[in-house]
Amino acid sequence: MAYLDHAATTPMLDEALEAYVATAREVGNASSLHAAGRRARRRVEESRERVAAVLGARPSEVIFTGGGTESDNLAVKGIFWARRAAHAERVRVVSSAVEHHAVLDAVDWLAGHEGAEVGWLPVDAAGRLDPERLRAELAAHGDRVAVVTAMWANNEVGTVQPVAELAAVAAEHGVPFHTDAIQAVGQVPVDFAASGVAALTVTGHKLGGPTGVGALLLARDVAATPLLHGGGQERDVRSGTLDTAGIVAFAVAVEAAVKGQQEYAARVAALRDDLVERVRQAVPEVVFNGDPTDRLPGNAHFSFPGCEGDALLLLLDAQGIACSTGSACSAGVAQPSHVLLAMGADDDRARSSLRFTLGHTSTRADVDALIAALPAAVERARRAAALRTPR
Amino acid sequence: MRVLAAMSGGVDSAVAAARAVEAGHDVTGVHLALARNPQTYRTGARGCCTLEDSRDARRAADVLGIPFYVWDMADRFHEDVVDDFVAEYAAGRTPNPCLRCNEKIKFAAVLDRAVALGFDAVVTGHHARLGPDGLLRRSVDAAKDQSYVLAVLTRAQLDRSIFPLGDSTKAEVRAEAARRGLAVADKPDSHDICFIADGDTRGFLSQRLGEAPGEVVDALTGAVVGSHTGAYQYTVGQRRGLHLDRPAPDGRPRYVLSITPKTNTVTVGPAEALEVAEVRAARPVWTGGARPDGPIECEVQLRAHGDVVPATVSLDADGLHADLRRPVRGVAAGQAIVAYRPDPAGDVVLGSATITG
Repeated sequence: MAYLDHAATTPMLDEALEAYVATAREVGNASSLHAAGRRARRRVEESRERVAAVLGARPSEVIFTGGGTESDNLAVKGIFWARRAAHAERVRVVSSAVEHHAVLDAVDWLAGHEGAEVGWLPVDAAGRLDPERLRAELAAHGDRVAVVTAMWANNEVGTVQPVAELAAVAAEHGVPFHTDAIQAVGQVPVDFAASGVAALTVTGHKLGGPTGVGALLLARDVAATPLLHGGGQERDVRSGTLDTAGIVAFAVAVEAAVKGQQEYAARVAALRDDLVERVRQAVPEVVFNGDPTDRLPGNAHFSFPGCEGDALLLLLDAQGIACSTGSACSAGVAQPSHVLLAMGADDDRARSSLRFTLGHTSTRADVDALIAALPAAVERARRAAALRTPR
Repeated sequence: MRVLAAMSGGVDSAVAAARAVEAGHDVTGVHLALARNPQTYRTGARGCCTLEDSRDARRAADVLGIPFYVWDMADRFHEDVVDDFVAEYAAGRTPNPCLRCNEKIKFAAVLDRAVALGFDAVVTGHHARLGPDGLLRRSVDAAKDQSYVLAVLTRAQLDRSIFPLGDSTKAEVRAEAARRGLAVADKPDSHDICFIADGDTRGFLSQRLGEAPGEVVDALTGAVVGSHTGAYQYTVGQRRGLHLDRPAPDGRPRYVLSITPKTNTVTVGPAEALEVAEVRAARPVWTGGARPDGPIECEVQLRAHGDVVPATVSLDADGLHADLRRPVRGVAAGQAIVAYRPDPAGDVVLGSATITG
C-alpha cells in the first residue's frame, strides 16, 4: 500500500509504540499517593518536561488532553468563557474561514449557544491570512474580543500562516491568541514562547504518536474555564485520570518529531516536490492548491478539473493508494471543502480536489505507485463526472 | 468481473453482496445517500437513507471484507423520484417511486457512474431472477417478488445487472445472513416509502402541494357528496378516509373512481364502477426481447403485489392497450402494467408500460 494520507494520521514511531507498551504494563494512577502512583506521576511529569523543552514552553504550561479536538475546544470555549466572565463585554470571537472543524464548529457553537459574535477573517487564493485584516478587525472591535484563534498550518491545503505576526497583532490589543498547530509540529519550526501565542494545540497521532492524546500549551497568565469537571488533574483546567502510557508515548513522539524536524522537512519536501512535478506531467491541467512556498513539507493538494474527488479516491484506493478528499459528513458523503471555497474556488473545483500527504514512512516507491495509477484514474473519473450533466 | 454492490443497509443487499463475493467477483460496496440532509432523517428501519442504514451497510461491507463508499445521489433522487412523485399525484396519478428509483437512479445514474469508473455490473438485493438467458423472471418467493418494479429496465440495463437472490426465499436470505455473521439478519423489512419517514403520505403531499379544497362528486347521481382538501390525496380504488357528508342513495360503500386535477374533483362510486376490462398504457419497454409484431397473449399485473390477470396486449399509436379476460378493480393511472409470460421456471417479464387510463 502507498499510504499518502499522513495528515489524517501517521504510523506510530517504533520508539513511541515501545514506550507505550512498556508504560502500559505498569500499574499506577498518577494521582495516587503510593509508590505505584508516584511512579506513574514521575512518568507524566518527565513527559511534560520533554514536551515543554522541545516546544519552547514551561512544563506548567503543558496541559495533557484527549487529543486535538479537545485541546481546540478547551482553548476556544474555555478562554471565551473565562474572558467573558471577567469582562462581560468581551463576547466576540475572531477566527479564520479555513480552520479545522474542531475550531470552526466550536466557534459556531459559541455563536449558536452562548451568544458569541464572530469575526471571520478571510484568506487569499493561497489560503493565507493577512495580519492587516486582523489589525483592522481588532481596531474596530478589539475591546469586545474574547479570543482570536487561527491555525498554524492548514490541514487540507498545507498553507502555513504567519502566526507570529498574527499573535503580535493580537498582543497589541491584549487579546489572547490560540493557534491549532496540529499539522505544524514536527513539520515546521514551532516554538511556543517565541511565537507569542497564548495557547497552542498539539496532538500525538499526526507526528508518530498515539491517537487520543494531545496537549494544550496554555500560558500561565491565560485563564480557561474547564470543559470537563472532575478531579482537576491538569491545572484544574482539565479533569480525567491521566493516560500515563499515552502521555509517555506522546512525549517520545513529540520529542523525536521536533528534534528531527529539519532533516525530516528537507527529505519529505524533496519527495513532495518530486510528486508534484510528476503529477503535473501526468495530468497537465491539474491545479496545485495552497501556498507554493509557505506550506507544509509533506502536503500536495490538487484539483483535477473535470473529475470528482470521491471517484478518484475510489479508483486510487482500488490500486492500493490511500489519499483524501477532505471532509465527509457523518453519513460518509464527501463534502466540498470549506477551505477551498474560502480560497475562492467554485463548488466544482472544491469537489474535484484530492490531498496527498507524505510523512515519516514515505518513500519514492509510494510516489511511483501514485504516478503509475493516476492517469487511468483521472481518465475514468472524467468519464464518470461527464455523466453529471446539468439538466 | 468488477461489480458494484448497492448496499442499502438492509439484509437483502448485504446477502446479495456476499453472494457476489462468493461467486468470485471483485466487489465494491456503495451506499446511496438519497436524503439531501441525512442528519435530519430519523434513524430506524423505516427509511433507506438514514445514518443507521449507512452504518449497517458499512458494517456488512466490513464483514465481507470489501471496500465501501457512500455516493451522494441526493440531488438526482430528489429531481427524478421525489419531485416526480409529487408531480404525479398533483396530476391525479398514482406513482410508484421504487420503480422510478430503479429506472432513474439505481440502474441509471448509479449504473452509468459505475460503468464509467470501470465496473462491469451492479449487484442489488432485489428479489427477482435474471439468469444466463438474460430474461427477467419472478422470484421463487412470490410474496417478496420485485420483478414488477424492475420491469421498467431496458435490455441494456439488465445486461449490466446481477440479482443474486432470485432463487431464494426471504427466510433463506435471513438465515444465510445470520450464518454469515451479518448483523442485519434480523433487521425488519422496509415497507414504506423511504423518503416519507413517518409513513404519512398525505401529510407529505399536503406540505408540498398545499391545501386545495374541492368537491367529492357521486358518479351515479352527479351530486356533491362531500369535500376534500386536495384531490392529490386520493388514489383510485380508495375507500377509507373519504369522509362523505351523506350516504350514497343506494346505501352501499363508495370508492374513488377518478381524480380530475383540472376541476379539482374527486369522483366516487360503487365498487362495480371501478371495474375495468381494458387498460391503456404509454411508453412501453420490452424487457424480454424485441418489440412484439402483433398482439400477445400473456398475464398482466397492474400494481405492486396486485393480482395477475390473463390478457391480450396489443400495440397502438399511443403505446399499448390490454384487453383483460376478467375485469379488475382499482386500476390507477401512473402505475405500471407489467406483462408476464407464465413459465414453470419463473414467469418471464415481457415488458412494461405506464398506465394512462
